Amino acid sequence: MGGNVGVIFRRELASYFSTPLAYVFIVIFLVLTGIFTFFMGNFYERGQADLAPFFSFHPWLYLFLVPAVSMRLWAEERKTGSIELLLTLPVRTWQAVVGKFLAAWVFAGLALVLTFPLWLTVNYLGEPDNGVILAAYIGSWLMAGAYLAIGSCISAATNNQVIAFIITVTVCFLFVAAGSPIVMNLFTSWSDNQLWSAIASASFLVRFESISKGVLDFRDLFYFGWMMILWLAATVIVIDMKKAQ
Amino acid sequence: MIEISHLSKEFGHFAAVRDLTFNVAPGEVLGFLGPNGAGKTTTMRMITGFIAPSSGSVSIYGHDIQADPIGAKRRLGYLPEGAPAYGDMTPARFLAFVADIRGLRGGQKKQRIEAMVSELELQSVWHRPIETLSKGFKRRVGLAQALIHDPQVLVLDEPTDGLDPNQKQQVRELIRRIAADKIILVSTHILEEVSAVCSRAMIIAAGRLVADGSPAQLQAQSRNHGAVVLQLPVQEGLQQQLAAIPGVGEVEADAAQPGRFRLIPETGKDILLAVSAHISGAGWQIAELRQEEGRLDDVFRALTSRAGEDLH
Repeated sequence: MGGNVGVIFRRELASYFSTPLAYVFIVIFLVLTGIFTFFMGNFYERGQADLAPFFSFHPWLYLFLVPAVSMRLWAEERKTGSIELLLTLPVRTWQAVVGKFLAAWVFAGLALVLTFPLWLTVNYLGEPDNGVILAAYIGSWLMAGAYLAIGSCISAATNNQVIAFIITVTVCFLFVAAGSPIVMNLFTSWSDNQLWSAIASASFLVRFESISKGVLDFRDLFYFGWMMILWLAATVIVIDMKKAQ
Repeated sequence: MIEISHLSKEFGHFAAVRDLTFNVAPGEVLGFLGPNGAGKTTTMRMITGFIAPSSGSVSIYGHDIQADPIGAKRRLGYLPEGAPAYGDMTPARFLAFVADIRGLRGGQKKQRIEAMVSELELQSVWHRPIETLSKGFKRRVGLAQALIHDPQVLVLDEPTDGLDPNQKQQVRELIRRIAADKIILVSTHILEEVSAVCSRAMIIAAGRLVADGSPAQLQAQSRNHGAVVLQLPVQEGLQQQLAAIPGVGEVEADAAQPGRFRLIPETGKDILLAVSAHISGAGWQIAELRQEEGRLDDVFRALTSRAGEDLH
C-alpha cells in the first residue's frame, strides 16, 4: 500500500517539470535569494563568512513563493476533474495527500539545494561554521514543509487556485508574524510573559531563527514535524468531508 | 454482482438521487438513461466511491464502497463524465501511472498497456500531451485507463460523447466484445445506443427510477409498439376506412406525404393481419407496409416528463 504514495509522488514530481512551473519557480527563487542576500542582507559589508543574511529572509520569501506551489496541489485537480479519477482509483486519501505533499516538498528542497553557490562563496571567502549552515538548511526545508502542509489543506478546500493562494498567504503570515518584533513588542506591552512566549513559540520565525543559529533543538524539529502532520491530517479530513457534501 | 440498496443523495435541500435499489449481474450491460440533471452522474459517482451517499449502500462483489473502498475500487474501472485526465501527461505516461496504481507489474503491465493501445488505437497520439488531443482521443485515453486492469465492473459515464459516428461504433463494439462476463454500467442520452449495446435499460428522472427492463420491454411500452405504417394511393375517405379496421385505435396522417398513414393499435392488439386483410380486400396498391417495434424515445419522453411534473 505504501507503494501508492511512491507512484503518486513520482507522477506529481514529474508534472512539475513537464510545465514551465518548476523552472520559473526555481529561477525566481534563486534570483530573489540573491537579491535579498547581497543587497538587503549586506552580505559583504557585514564582513562575516556566514549565511545568516541569506537565511534570515527565508520565512518572508516562502510566504509568497511556497503558496504559489501549494495552491495547485488540490485546487487544480478539482478544477480539471482529475480528482474524480484519482479518488476512484484504489488509493487511500492519505496516500494521495502524502504523495502530493512529498513531491512538493522535495521540489522545494531541490530549489533550496540549488542555492549551493552561496555556500561555495562563503567557503571561498572565509571559514564559516558549516555545521550551522547545514542546520539552517535543514530548518529552512522543514519550514518550507510546514508552509506546504498549510497550503495543501487550504488548496483541498477550494477549486480556485487564486483563492487558495490568498488564504494560504494570510494563514502563513499569521504563523510568521506571531514572532516578528512588531507583534512581540505589542504583546509584551500589555500582557504577561507567559502568553507572549506561548504565541512566540507557535511562530515559524522564532522556531526557524533558533535552528538557523545552529541550535538543532528537537523541540523545534518536532514543532515543524507536527505542523506538517497536523495540516496534512486536516487535508485528508477536508477531502473526505467534501466527498460527503 | 453489484447491489445497490436505497441509495439517496441530497445536496442541501436538493434531492439528486432518491431511494434507488437495484442489482446488476455479470454479463449484463445496463444502460442508464435520463434527461440531463436526472441523477445519472451522481449515481455513478456514488457507485464508484467518489462521493458518499446521504443514505443507502453500494456493494461491489460483496465489498461495500464505504466500508471497504479499496476492495471495491480494485474491481471497478471508471470513466468519469468528460474523461478527466492529467493534461500535462502523455497517454504513455498516464496509462503507466494508472497501471502502477492498479498494481500491474512487469510483463503483465506491458502486455495490458499494449492491448489498450491497439484496442483503442492510441499509437498516433502515444507521446503527445493529453491536453493537446482531440475530444475523441481524450475519451479513448479515458476508456483505456478504465479498462487497463480488465475490471469485473465497468462504469462508463457517457463513453461515446464527443466521438464521431465511426468512433461511436468502435466503442460500442468494444463494449459488446468485453461484456460477456462483466458488469457494465453505461450512462447515455443517446437512445439508439441503448438498443445497440445494452441488455437492460433503466430510465431515471428527477432522481427516481421510472423504468427498468430490457430495451425491447421498454419499447413495448411505447404507444407506437406494433404500429403499422403504410403508403397508399391517395383517395377520398382513406383515413375513415383505416380507422374502422378492428383493433386500430388511432390513425395519424402524414402531413408531408399524402397517402402515408401510421395506424396506432389499441393497447395490446396486434393489427398487422387485420390491416393487410383489409388492404387486399379493398384491392389497394400498397407502396409500403411495415410494423414498428416502438420507439424508446416515446417511452423516454412519456416517463421522464411525467416524473418532472411530479416535482412541481
